[in-house]
Amino acid sequence: MSTTTEFLVSERLARRNSRRLAERLIEAVLFAAAATSIFVTVGIVYILVTESIVFFRHVSLIDFLTDTQWTPLFDDAHFGIMVLLSGTAVSSIVALGIAIPLGTTIAIYLSEFASARMREIAKPILELLSGMPTVVFGYFALIFVTPLLQRVIPDLSGFNLLSAGLVMGIMIVPIISSISEDAMRAVPMALREGSYAMGATRLQTALQIVIPAAVSGIASAYILGIARAVGETMILSIAAGMQPNLTWDPREPAATITAFIVQVALGDLPHGSVGYQTIFAAGLTLMLFTLSFNILGFWLQRRYRERY
Amino acid sequence: MLHPPVTNLPIKAEVRNFNFFYGNFHALKNVNLPLCEKKVTAMIGPSGCGKSTLLRSFNRMHDLYPGNRYEGAIVLHPDQTNLLDPRVDPIEVRMRLSMVFQKPNPFPKSIYENVAYGLRVRGIKKRSILDDKVEEALTSAALWHEVKHRLKDMAFALSGGQQQRMCIARALATAPEILLFDEPTSALDPIATGSIEELINELKHQITILIVTHNMQQAARVSDFTAYMYLGELIEFGNTNEIFIKPRDKRTEDYITGRFG
Repeated sequence: MSTTTEFLVSERLARRNSRRLAERLIEAVLFAAAATSIFVTVGIVYILVTESIVFFRHVSLIDFLTDTQWTPLFDDAHFGIMVLLSGTAVSSIVALGIAIPLGTTIAIYLSEFASARMREIAKPILELLSGMPTVVFGYFALIFVTPLLQRVIPDLSGFNLLSAGLVMGIMIVPIISSISEDAMRAVPMALREGSYAMGATRLQTALQIVIPAAVSGIASAYILGIARAVGETMILSIAAGMQPNLTWDPREPAATITAFIVQVALGDLPHGSVGYQTIFAAGLTLMLFTLSFNILGFWLQRRYRERY
Repeated sequence: MLHPPVTNLPIKAEVRNFNFFYGNFHALKNVNLPLCEKKVTAMIGPSGCGKSTLLRSFNRMHDLYPGNRYEGAIVLHPDQTNLLDPRVDPIEVRMRLSMVFQKPNPFPKSIYENVAYGLRVRGIKKRSILDDKVEEALTSAALWHEVKHRLKDMAFALSGGQQQRMCIARALATAPEILLFDEPTSALDPIATGSIEELINELKHQITILIVTHNMQQAARVSDFTAYMYLGELIEFGNTNEIFIKPRDKRTEDYITGRFG
């Protein structure tokens, strides 16, 4: 009797050991998966930084930040990143000027006003919009939106930041509406009921109770939208032209940081030339921008965490 | 059984032949209940008996969700308005009746703005009026002295009991005709519960109160009249003393003596 019991116990222990081994293996696999993405990120940052250091040996940081010309491929080379930043900034502002009001309105509608059925139909269609290849958006801007805008603004050039920015805004709408709507829907019903019980209308409840309660989620949606606009490449390369142009006028053509990188990457520049190194300096600038937006978003989320 | 010796008191509201349906589910069956003016009426009964459903019918909260249906009437005196009439705007109803919820539900705003919310919703913008009403409401809710120096603080900074008293102040600020309480102390500790109960005893001098409670002792402590509900029916209604000392219905007696529920 006692021997059988001992046998059973040891057998169970053995099984537990093998289970522990399997568990460790799974843990290792999961860790490797997580580590891969971290290594890749670290690798990218490493390359950007080291190559940029080479760049800044030839070009001073002051020139980089203050020069008003960007002509890395000319004999008389200038490296004023402001030229590219202005293009990025103008196109992003146009895009967000469309995407933030429209996306927020859609989110309020879907979360507070639409019926469940309406939401089920509208949401996937909206998300389809953000799944569209950006090259399609780019051509849409170039061959449809620009001619349309030229009827209203006759001296609009064929390549311009306005049309690219508008279309980019349309592309960003679903990002903002979808994340904002999730944040609003996560606001507990008890808060809405409290507002309705005070005699508030739906709109009052949405604007005065639901939005303040969901503000951190909505802020992250905006930040993601900004990051997307700053990093967008294809639409701007196609529809905004690739001429570096220090301008704050959206009607003009201009190159953005991303468009410049595409241009250089497609061209045939010798490895190790200063022109080639500019890609990395420009890429580093872009990364610092999106990084700071992400940090801002993270901070906002912490600062205004939902507390119901 | 339904209209005991309360007829000599002025009546503020009356539930008449009231039925309520969640979709096909018949949640409340032919309920008749008077609310006496400036008295506290408590509704007790086991979970799922429909007491909260009845309370939430008073301010048409069920209108917020699809598939709910009212039948019968809840008549508000003296103007004889049927609160359930489809022609009556639920917002108008909610302007006349205020509600305090089970869990404190402060809005993501300052203490001041929480209390002023109902007034702002009604379009009152003048600072002096808002200031006066906020102070008055917080004083009635026995919270003024604790918060008068921190009106600009977020409401979340208050303790649970303070939050609930702030919600009561919010409900009082608009001078409602009836105050509805939906188990207002179920999320609070005994001390906070005690202060809310004390407050209810104070408030009944100014306002008609209907309270749903899980806690029979609470009903006995705060109410003048008690309604016992079971499975969607109003089983017994009467003076709180009578209900607790000599209930007429066997089912009421079983519940009160703790035989079930």
